[in-house]
Amino acid sequence: MNVSNSLDAGPPHAATVLARIQESPTIFTLQLRLDDAAAQAAYRFAPGQFNMLYLYGVGEVPISIMSDPEERDLIGHTIRALGRVTRGLAALKPGDRVGLRGPFGRGWPLQEVGGCDVVLVTGGLGCAPVVSVIHYVLRRRERFGKLVIIQGVKHAEDLIWREQYDRWAKLPDTQVLVAASEGAPLWPWHVGRVTELFSLANFDPGCAVAMMCGPEGMMRSAADALLARGLPESRLYLSMERNMQCAVGRCGHCQFGGAFVCRDGPVFNWGEVKALLAHKGF
Amino acid sequence: MLSSQSDRAGFLPLAQLPSLLARLRERGYQCLGPTVEQGAIVMRELEPPNDLPRGIQAEQTPGRYRLTSHPLNRYFAWASGPQAIKPHTFAPKESLWRVERDEAGSLQFAAVHPPVVRQAIIGVRACDLAALALQDAHFLREGRRDAHYAQRRDHLFLVAVQCAEPASTCFCASTGDGPTPTAGYDLALAELADGFVAVAGSDQGQAVLDDLNLSLATSQQIEAARQQGASAAAVQTRSLPGRNLRDSLMSRLEHPRWDEVAARCLACGNCTAVCPTCFCHAEADTPALDGATSEHERIWDSCFSEAHGHLHGFNVRADIRGRYRQWLTHKLATWHDQFGRSGCVGCGRCIAWCPVGIDLTEEVAALTEGQP
Repeated sequence: MNVSNSLDAGPPHAATVLARIQESPTIFTLQLRLDDAAAQAAYRFAPGQFNMLYLYGVGEVPISIMSDPEERDLIGHTIRALGRVTRGLAALKPGDRVGLRGPFGRGWPLQEVGGCDVVLVTGGLGCAPVVSVIHYVLRRRERFGKLVIIQGVKHAEDLIWREQYDRWAKLPDTQVLVAASEGAPLWPWHVGRVTELFSLANFDPGCAVAMMCGPEGMMRSAADALLARGLPESRLYLSMERNMQCAVGRCGHCQFGGAFVCRDGPVFNWGEVKALLAHKGF
Repeated sequence: MLSSQSDRAGFLPLAQLPSLLARLRERGYQCLGPTVEQGAIVMRELEPPNDLPRGIQAEQTPGRYRLTSHPLNRYFAWASGPQAIKPHTFAPKESLWRVERDEAGSLQFAAVHPPVVRQAIIGVRACDLAALALQDAHFLREGRRDAHYAQRRDHLFLVAVQCAEPASTCFCASTGDGPTPTAGYDLALAELADGFVAVAGSDQGQAVLDDLNLSLATSQQIEAARQQGASAAAVQTRSLPGRNLRDSLMSRLEHPRWDEVAARCLACGNCTAVCPTCFCHAEADTPALDGATSEHERIWDSCFSEAHGHLHGFNVRADIRGRYRQWLTHKLATWHDQFGRSGCVGCGRCIAWCPVGIDLTEEVAALTEGQP
């Protein structure tokens, strides 16, 4: 699903922080609006694409877009404060300015689902690039079969958007399976590995598309489990992460074999990347 | 060079070499050419009346580059220096955009455009032209032209010279990229004892040749140049076992040789700095001291640097084995997926400039065990 890029290699567009939401001790969401009203009005993205966010004087980071693609007034990013740029972004307040360029890359293959079930497997903050898929499916519910949301976290307190998972779990034809490797008091979901939940997942392997985002080890195990359930390899997708600096397939950092993850991905079909994923160091 | 256009080849006597530079300068070109600097041949601006250096040869073996004198006192007896075209098209460091912040915190972004400079580079080799074609494929990709690269590329005039005396590290005959230039130049020269057989490869090149008003090269001169190229190919001892090693290398990703070469490799990145096809670059921001502006620059980077594989809290290629494997498999294997050919043009720079003398051809031979 390629969407023509309205913003290229640079320079970025100025954007203002509309809201900042603390999701967990280290994870926060920034809701941004491009300062140029025409650019904001023209901005379109597909679920699974990402933007480069620029913190003044510090640098840029690639961040997936988590807001609803139908939402025209803001662009949402959920970020973990970890490096120089993201720790600085965490300190921003409403009214502060950032730079934004994007959207970049190939998003999720939503057109290929064609009435079948949607299985979403995410680990940690891998839920962020996928949450826009959930919004997308829920807005067009009649076009899709069952929606299965499987999310794993290391510690129970790492789970963000708890209320949303609760809400989604109550919707018809929607299954929510959450696991934490380490539980906590009053943790209502599974304690253990996320892959232990696959036997509970209710979908038709003959008519389903699975989309994964999270640590590569988790995605490899999840792929094994999904393929063992009979899901064809051609219906299994994942979103990859690599160092990205230019976002237009030029700087070379995100190369994964012959692919530039920023341009040819970040969403790949399992068959495109499985051989190289078996080797560490690419 | 000399087969298809030999009927239009001119002959530039040695004494007329300065007039070639003069014609280029008249056309507004800054002339860059071989200059001895810190014990190496580098491309620097040639200022009249300073002449091109003569009688210099570059002896190159793994981990070693030494300038020596050449008995025939030729202008272009030296094989490739550490850099040729790449720094003049893909700048080692340049600003891409600038941002201003006012007191209210508003940000104003503006693209930075490099100054337009018409440059002529005299003395590029067939391997350099092949490498430039690969850089073009990357930076001038359809729909994603890099404006900075494109601007320099559009104002470049290339005077290629046939390699008559390859270094021991050269293997362009094996990659099919040399030693005689066949495409991608404005003018190509083959140096003989008393002058140069000269052919044009572009309209601009032909116009310069016309200005020089040369006599036609004789069939003996053309044949001498042809033989010189053939013998320069024949004397090369290094080679790769094939022109497409993609499947061969990608099926040996866990070969023990990767550990063995990683134990010798210093991960210094010299090979990527001198490689004429490497395109990796970092992007970095430098705020002004007063905090009112910040520059966003790109700087050559290397897949041997620790930062290259950095990803929020861990490194994709934490060890040297992974980095050497990334460099070699990209250059010789996955380059085929990206650009339809290998990323190696056989210039041998990575061999000569490796401080511990790692020889790419030797590593490939060990990895493929003679079975490409």
